[in-house]
Amino acid sequence: MSDWFSKLTGKTKSASEAKERLKFILIHDRTDINATALDEMKDEILQVISKHVTIDRSNVKITMVHDGREQRLIADIPIKKCVKR
Amino acid sequence: MAAKIITITSGKGGVGKTTATANISVALAQLGQKVVCIDSDIGLRNLDVVLGLENRIVYDLIDVIEGRCRIRQAMIKDKRYEGMYLIPAAQTRNKNAISPSDMIQMCNEIREETDWILIDSPAGIERGFKNAIAPAEEVLVITNPDVSAVRDADRIIGIIESEEKGPSKLIINRLNPEMVKRGKMLDAEDVLELLAVKLIGIVPEDERVLTSTNIGKPVVTHEKSTAGRAFRNIARRMMGDDIPLIDLEFKEGIFHRLSRIFNEGGE
Repeated sequence: MSDWFSKLTGKTKSASEAKERLKFILIHDRTDINATALDEMKDEILQVISKHVTIDRSNVKITMVHDGREQRLIADIPIKKCVKR
Repeated sequence: MAAKIITITSGKGGVGKTTATANISVALAQLGQKVVCIDSDIGLRNLDVVLGLENRIVYDLIDVIEGRCRIRQAMIKDKRYEGMYLIPAAQTRNKNAISPSDMIQMCNEIREETDWILIDSPAGIERGFKNAIAPAEEVLVITNPDVSAVRDADRIIGIIESEEKGPSKLIINRLNPEMVKRGKMLDAEDVLELLAVKLIGIVPEDERVLTSTNIGKPVVTHEKSTAGRAFRNIARRMMGDDIPLIDLEFKEGIFHRLSRIFNEGGE
């Protein structure tokens, strides 16, 4: 509830900003992968997959998430319907 | 008996390692335990002053390791608390004079005659820290609810994991419940979710910590102090008692309520 309220009033509490920033900082510290390296990796993954199937690039989601103290790379890559030739 | 060996560390400096070591040690002694605490911060010794034992130092950690005295000669007995001993750090010696195996050997020598060995670690992730965790069976990581302390705690937890010291336990120190309530400070749950380790205690911000350090008498001896109570609870949890975490809704005084009215708004 406080979330939508703070969005409505345009005021974010600094504690929630601290938490969001820390989430990203810790993922990068733990994996030693920065934002640029992650983008490069995403591109390469998509290139490989595109060799075999046609993917819907605009709806690709590849994110690093943390699960306890483990990091996980989650990829959601929609594949376009095959049009029979 | 074979002592349990615990190291208290943090990564970032100034978050309360020495205060925590002093208070947990005295709290354990007050629970009838025999405790030897070791200051391993060579060159920046401080556990002696927090405990009010600075005038009683004859020998230090390096004297023991280099064989200038027997370990029992370097153990300062704190006459105020039955069963409480301190081995002070050297203040002027080179910190490279000591190695992880020296620490292990020294702890083994006194292990059979005490219940607890608590080691106060230096800040950082270098040699001094490696020395401090070498003999530990369990590591307590202390942090404050701020971005840099939490970040450094995460780093140190990762290193402790890779050194196969088992999962660290977390102490969140200097939490200000008022600020948490106003959304201006990370709360304990946020910190726990980010670091994903087991919590052993939350110590609220309390000005008595400073005033008690001023007089060299750990705050844990102060009945009314909220921080003192939190440290006593940590000691009891270490003894295996099942103590619920202190309710974070500490009693709000009239002064706080007034100052809140005047300080609304702003980050």
